[in-house]
Amino acid sequence: MSFYRLGDDIADTTAPDVPIEQRWDKRRFDAKLVNPANRRRHTVIVVGTGLAGGAAGATLAEQGYHVIQFCYQDSPRRAHSIAAQGGINAAKNYRNDGDSVYRLFYDTVKGGDFRSRESNVYRLAQTSTQIIDQCVAQGVPFAREYGGLLDTRSFGGVQVARTFYARGQTGQQLLIGAYQALSRQIDAGGVEMHARTEMLDLIVIDGRARGIVARDLVTGEISTYLADAVVLATGGYGNVFYLSTNAKNSNASAIWRAHRRGAYFANPCYTQIHPTCIPRSGDHQSKLTLMSESLRNDGRIWVPKNPGDTRSPDQIPEDDRDYYLERIYPGFGNLVPRDIASRAAKNQCDLGRGVGPGGLGVYLDFADAIKRMGEAAVREKYGNLFEMYDRITGEDPYKVPMRIYPAIHYTMGGLWVDYDLQSTIPGCFVVGEANFSDHGANRLGASALMQGLADGYFVLPPMLGNYIASTKLDKVDASHPEVTATVAEATGRLDRLLSIDGERTVDSFHRELGEILWNECGMARTEDGLRKALGRLPELREEFWRSVKVPGSGASLNQSLERANRVSDFLELGELLCVDALHREESCGGHFRVESQTPDGEARRDDDRFAYAAAWEFGGTGGTPVLHREPLEFDYVHLAQRNYA
Amino acid sequence: MKLTLRIWRQAGPAEPGRMVAYEVPDANPDMSFLELLDVLNERLTLEGEDPVTFDHDCREGICGSCGVVINGQAHGPRALTTTCQLHVRSFSDGDVIDIEPWRSVAFGVLKDLMVDRSGLDRIIQAGGYISAPTGSAPEAHSTPVPKPIADSAFDNATCIGCGACVAACPNGSAMLFTSAKVAHLNSLPQGAPERASRVLNLVEAMDAEGFGGCTNTGECTNACPKGIPMDSIATLNREYLRASLGRK
Amino acid sequence: MAVTGLLMLLFLIVHMLGNLKIFFGRTDFDHYAHWLRTIGNPVLHESWYLWIQRFVLVVAVVLHAVSAYQLSRRDLKARPTKYSHHQRAKAGYATHIMRYGGITLALFIVYHILDFTTLTLNRHGVDGAAYDNIVSSFSVWWVTAIYIAAMICLGLHIQHGFWSAAQTLGYNRPSRDRAFKGAATGLAVLLTVGFLIVPVSVLAGLVD
Repeated sequence: MSFYRLGDDIADTTAPDVPIEQRWDKRRFDAKLVNPANRRRHTVIVVGTGLAGGAAGATLAEQGYHVIQFCYQDSPRRAHSIAAQGGINAAKNYRNDGDSVYRLFYDTVKGGDFRSRESNVYRLAQTSTQIIDQCVAQGVPFAREYGGLLDTRSFGGVQVARTFYARGQTGQQLLIGAYQALSRQIDAGGVEMHARTEMLDLIVIDGRARGIVARDLVTGEISTYLADAVVLATGGYGNVFYLSTNAKNSNASAIWRAHRRGAYFANPCYTQIHPTCIPRSGDHQSKLTLMSESLRNDGRIWVPKNPGDTRSPDQIPEDDRDYYLERIYPGFGNLVPRDIASRAAKNQCDLGRGVGPGGLGVYLDFADAIKRMGEAAVREKYGNLFEMYDRITGEDPYKVPMRIYPAIHYTMGGLWVDYDLQSTIPGCFVVGEANFSDHGANRLGASALMQGLADGYFVLPPMLGNYIASTKLDKVDASHPEVTATVAEATGRLDRLLSIDGERTVDSFHRELGEILWNECGMARTEDGLRKALGRLPELREEFWRSVKVPGSGASLNQSLERANRVSDFLELGELLCVDALHREESCGGHFRVESQTPDGEARRDDDRFAYAAAWEFGGTGGTPVLHREPLEFDYVHLAQRNYA
Repeated sequence: MKLTLRIWRQAGPAEPGRMVAYEVPDANPDMSFLELLDVLNERLTLEGEDPVTFDHDCREGICGSCGVVINGQAHGPRALTTTCQLHVRSFSDGDVIDIEPWRSVAFGVLKDLMVDRSGLDRIIQAGGYISAPTGSAPEAHSTPVPKPIADSAFDNATCIGCGACVAACPNGSAMLFTSAKVAHLNSLPQGAPERASRVLNLVEAMDAEGFGGCTNTGECTNACPKGIPMDSIATLNREYLRASLGRK
Repeated sequence: MAVTGLLMLLFLIVHMLGNLKIFFGRTDFDHYAHWLRTIGNPVLHESWYLWIQRFVLVVAVVLHAVSAYQLSRRDLKARPTKYSHHQRAKAGYATHIMRYGGITLALFIVYHILDFTTLTLNRHGVDGAAYDNIVSSFSVWWVTAIYIAAMICLGLHIQHGFWSAAQTLGYNRPSRDRAFKGAATGLAVLLTVGFLIVPVSVLAGLVD
């Protein structure tokens, strides 16, 4: 049976047809402007206060728009952008090492395994340099050299040092910068901030996004907020897997509700897995923690040769160890790209050679590094990571090899947007990880922060202005039938969740969903497995609506209800994730189909059949989604297969 | 491991609260402290009781959402550790653990262990920023910043706004939080133009929120999971005096 | 509090050094006590300087106390609910007892003035005979005990207070922190020991 229908192709019609270096200038020149004196009369809703949302809210308010902004956290300073460790790329070429806008563009398209839109990526690279200027002016304390100038490093296997960083807390520092800019606007009255308030649904009137329904998480009160445009900056959907490196409350509800209202969801199967996370310690595990990939520079990855070997690692002699990455990929060894390292670890564990609880882990051993460099040098280089590992596992990595396992880390897919970052619902703009815009099938290290800030500070504001200036919007109020209908629907959904009073907790459903997706739609995907998942997921969804237990009421603070509402959306999203993965019968970037690999186990793209972005139209709960393909053309970066063997 | 948790239960901001004891017979030493509460909550849910409400999000010690007072100590017994990064192995089988919300008149209890920390946001809104509207920034290398200054600004900028300093301070003072922001921004050349107004406005906002005064007890810095030092408070005072005396 | 505290600290150092003159004998000490009343002569009239100093000190004490009272009120208001599990203070004892130590010192100052300035409580009580007045008081064991307790309070108060003043006035820096803490402890010990030498010596019969 087919799990989807094929609809008409879709195209981005907003990027001007001029050489790629001129597109952004041309687009901004063609864009209509809103008279500064009139901006105050235009209201914009921004949902989310991460890098993209915080930057967008602050910038729109600076320009004079009236911004109403939301976050589910108690403060706009806490969004999960804060947890990004590594850094932010920018084509400043301060090192004079041959970097340029073009090279950053080229690396990003190639790194995305040729599944992104060239126009958008080029603009991202162009904008990157302005981001650094902006953040430095805000007081972001980037790492500096003794001369007082900014330090950069090379990151994620690229040949140039273009990554700016603030120790291991770059995301935090950039987010605090955006938060402070936003705070300034809150104080000035330009931004009306609603913390601890979660979007429940998107209000669409006459085909245009005109507002949201949101719930005050403290009082339980459900309110409508109306505006001229809605910006979704709500991050990725990695938590659909239950265990991920995302924050515990990160969720996909805002983008999923927009999807249900008509916004196409693009490439949901492109999920990024990070190879060096701390493995789960038991069934109680609530989230996973990432450790910097730099550990692979000096650590050696191995598993016991014999499945089921329960000896402690120091009792296993060299002959009984398999340094499998060094064996299979002698050229790159332990430094193979993220997805290859991740899949190899999974394969070893599937063979029963995994270590630690549940056999889901491999050793990352620094014994040789300590012998070679001395413990002091290892401490100097990795001390803070070792300490973090020790804090979480209670094991001392100087004495016992670390255990690592891959985990979901980032989602490249998201709502489909055009060059203006507008979704298929006019007036609904999507920025940051929530959209599918720039990373194709795989995101390069230190590019997520770049994209979030580029979207929020520099790309969205002029395009949003163009929308407002060129669209005649009738006045709407809360009594509009679409508004009341949407409120009724959102309220009804919560009431239904509360009334089921079944025998299973929300978390038990979420865990089961995550397990199905991780097993069948995780690091390696097969047609059989995906079909199996697509058989089970609707059952799980129905069981959820039959037997979930949500205590308490909707009229007060109720964290179980918040979770239930999010999980109900994850259950639907999980199905689309598997449909997308099933339909894409090729391997590319974060999506590895076992059927599509080279004889030596490398991912094999199929550019003839799949050089497109898959934009999915909602087909009803349990219905058949409709696929709209956006063909991708590569006029500047030529299609090539990557090879690490 | 068997643990007894005595948890502050309070149904709402205006409701009375009390400590309630719960047994967790199956605690695992490898659990994080919040996972311990998760396990308890799963059980309470199935038993038809109201689960314990607490703030949490990233669970890797950086977002600043979580934070409870554990046996009289903000974020519990381990230094430089947020509640989410604390693990059950820090306790022993049979322990009785008291878990209470942050206490300060400026942090009202919303429910159980969750408090309202919006006062900290209002302090930042009063001037904890550098006015640099998007697009107005000069080229990043136009103003070199000496490395020691950048490093010290970074140390202060690592504050996660969790409020442990306020919770630990016998006076419920927010001096360490406020001083970290002043020390971060006032030390940088980019922050110099607003140096005086920033410190005056931040202190005024801090006082208006009802936080207590600083008596230099140092409990804040001991509780701070990011180790913001006491000399940040000296910096705030220095900047405040300088600004009050009208020195530029 | 920092400014008034430092002012009083300055006075205490001079006061303590002056007290030690007692070891030079009755004549020297009484002469010194008399000289105190004539400082500033002939520009100032007899005792004027002393009254100016007394006025400044009283103002300092009052301001110090009023600030302490206001700060305490604000602090108690900011934290009306205590933790049900006793907070294990990580700060030192000196920090912990500032408030109560301060109250103790205030009471002591009243007693001290009644003893040696107004001589109301002094057993000898002869104006101008400072040496004998002192010896008469400190020969009584419990008077000396009160002084010992008070001076320990004073030492603790200074140990936290001096460093705290460096904080409050913004003079502290990471590079100076150890120096200020060391100086605070040094001053605390110096003043406590310096002040206590006299009563202990009297009680031990070294001065009579």
